[in-house]
Amino acid sequence: MAEAKPIAGTRPLAPKPMSPHLSIYRFKINMILSIMHRVTGITNYFGSLILAIWIASAATSEQAFNTVSSYLATPLGLVILIGFTWSVMHHMLGGIRHFVWDVGWGFSKSAVQFLSWATLFGSLTLTAIIWGYALSHWGHALSLWGAR
Amino acid sequence: MPSTTYRTELKKVRGLGSAIGGPGTDHFWAQRLTAVSNLFVVAFLVYTGLTLAGAPLGDVKAFFGHPFNAIASILVVISTAIHMRLGMQVPVEEYMPHGLKVPFLFLNTFFVIVIAVVGVLSILKLFLGN
Repeated sequence: MAEAKPIAGTRPLAPKPMSPHLSIYRFKINMILSIMHRVTGITNYFGSLILAIWIASAATSEQAFNTVSSYLATPLGLVILIGFTWSVMHHMLGGIRHFVWDVGWGFSKSAVQFLSWATLFGSLTLTAIIWGYALSHWGHALSLWGAR
Repeated sequence: MPSTTYRTELKKVRGLGSAIGGPGTDHFWAQRLTAVSNLFVVAFLVYTGLTLAGAPLGDVKAFFGHPFNAIASILVVISTAIHMRLGMQVPVEEYMPHGLKVPFLFLNTFFVIVIAVVGVLSILKLFLGN
């Protein structure tokens, strides 16, 4: 990289210090969770498209609504919806974890590890509860799925 | 030998950065404000999803015809739109190569506004259509 030329009459700049990058760190659960907070946030961003298309189809016509609903009820549609649900739950619990840190709590090594694992298992548990309930009550769509 | 510094002359001229009472603080604050409201958003979305999963269009219309559900849904759109707009700004600023940064920051704002307008208009149509 080219050195920055000092402006005439000013002191020369020292080279900027560089932080060591990802590759030198030992695996820690909280660093994975940090990456996942970004990934799930980006996933939720694009997942909002699903909600927008669904509500727009309901406002458009019966035919549009039934088309969108039938796509969502396919196996692939369900996998996407369950994944989206997990992504939202993970980002929500990750956000709560960040709130705990924002107020200055939970910075000990054991607390950081506990909060990280709690986020991961909590998000899986919430997703399982929501979809356990949805699938057991979603007879209409499941028969639609079976009929395809 | 002259003493070296990490601080550029430009920095001295400009004075305060965005972190001190500037847009950086507003970004941080609004992101957390909407993070709190998004806790209610998620609760309402789960309720909506479990109520309307597999339901015919008539049920969906009846659901959004209820004032509470219509109001809550519009609040969902507003809260998530602001949070999404601020959230996506961060990875775009941090990971996008120099030339693409500004176009994608624009695209981010456009995307969120389109999603929000589609959402609010659809909810209003379902609400008023009853």
